[in-house]
Amino acid sequence: MSLLEALPIALLGALLGLDVVSFPQAMISRPIIAATAAGAFIGNPPGGLLIGVVLEMIALDTLPFGASRYPEWGSAGVVGGALFADQTAGMPGALPACLLAALLTASISGWSMVVLRRMIAGRLARTRDRLEAGSRDALLSLHLSGMSLDLLRGGLVTIIAMLIFAPLVKAIVAVWGSESAASHAVVVVIAATVGGAALWKVFHSVRHVLWFFLAGLVVWAGLQLPR
Amino acid sequence: MTSLVATVDLPLRVKLAMYFRMFALQGSWNYETLNGTGVGFSIEPALRLLPGGVNGEAYRAALARESRYFNAHPYLAGVAVGALTRAELDGVDATRIERFRTALAGPLGSVGDRLVWASWLPFCSLVAIGVFGAGGSALAVVGTFLLLYNAGHFLLRAWGLRIGLLRGLSVASALGNPVLRQGPVYIGCAAALVGGIALPLALQRIVGPGRAVIGGIIAAAFVGILLLAVLRERAEGWRIALGVLAVFVLYSLLT
Repeated sequence: MSLLEALPIALLGALLGLDVVSFPQAMISRPIIAATAAGAFIGNPPGGLLIGVVLEMIALDTLPFGASRYPEWGSAGVVGGALFADQTAGMPGALPACLLAALLTASISGWSMVVLRRMIAGRLARTRDRLEAGSRDALLSLHLSGMSLDLLRGGLVTIIAMLIFAPLVKAIVAVWGSESAASHAVVVVIAATVGGAALWKVFHSVRHVLWFFLAGLVVWAGLQLPR
Repeated sequence: MTSLVATVDLPLRVKLAMYFRMFALQGSWNYETLNGTGVGFSIEPALRLLPGGVNGEAYRAALARESRYFNAHPYLAGVAVGALTRAELDGVDATRIERFRTALAGPLGSVGDRLVWASWLPFCSLVAIGVFGAGGSALAVVGTFLLLYNAGHFLLRAWGLRIGLLRGLSVASALGNPVLRQGPVYIGCAAALVGGIALPLALQRIVGPGRAVIGGIIAAAFVGILLLAVLRERAEGWRIALGVLAVFVLYSLLT
């Protein structure tokens, strides 16, 4: 993938990376949305959606509580969606390789958010006197520069990830040894395990929640009967 | 203290400016003031109504005060933004405002985290995953998630600002609203029910039609879930996923 091809994807990654914390937190940065949007950019929305659903299940494990540190799924979803949507259909290694690239991007992008927050704190320290004097300009400058830097951060993470992972994923897919069904099964088990455990972690304190989940499973089993 | 403008409703353009600025409340989020500067940024349009306008002493003192440390869930911060705006415009004593800010931050954080991050967001994710599992198109999945999630999101922000402006420093009682107190329980039950249907449906669609492995996948996932549940506080599921996947990719390259 050339720099020119990666630029529109980077722009999307920048916008969706901004949504995670800075603006507008409408959750367009959730992987199920971000990956599908990236797939649409490549011309393959269903491909983006498929990896987006897998990433969404894994992302349920890291909800953005308070000041906790978590992976950044906006840019990662864009990277995963764009990479997977660009692969030839039916290649067994495509889903695991793209998912690995997306998870690594999420991890690195999460770290970049920590760096950004420290940079903003540094700017805050330098303008503290003006802020304490009630300077409107100082406040607006701090706030708008924080958002601009976040936009830049998301774009940079996305473009660097695309330039590294696009050729790497192609190479991995070309020499992949495991068969298609096994490759998909491993990915699905990983996603279901993390997603299911995340739900248990979040909801285990709610009374009777396990019964509601089992009732859902019964409904699903009932839906299988006519098939 | 004399009430300056609270007896008169705030102009609509000011309320709208505050509402839209609240979407960027965390634009300068940092580990020192958390979303304090965002609160100052959101309140600023209303502070211009203080005597002397943007060049007045009252404006500068209020802006400095409102831009200090604050921590709240971003969607519920509107409660604080509205209440603090009302207090500043009512000319409430600065010490009382600062005490109020300190007292309100904790509850707004924990209530918002429970209601939004730990209930509404996973519920909407599961509904979207369910739409995918049921064979929905990319547009249907994306549309369902964004419309459902943001209906709650936009309303919660608007409710917070409105109730804050209306009640001022007496806003704490609004946190006893049944939706905020009982909402997470009901949403949690609904999410569990939807999860029981949506997750296996989605797994089936990813694995593909005609595959007899779905039973094995669900059984393996159950074992994994039990293991992760036991490890709950000691391991992050996504990091384990990353590790297992990396090992699998290496294995598939070497065989």
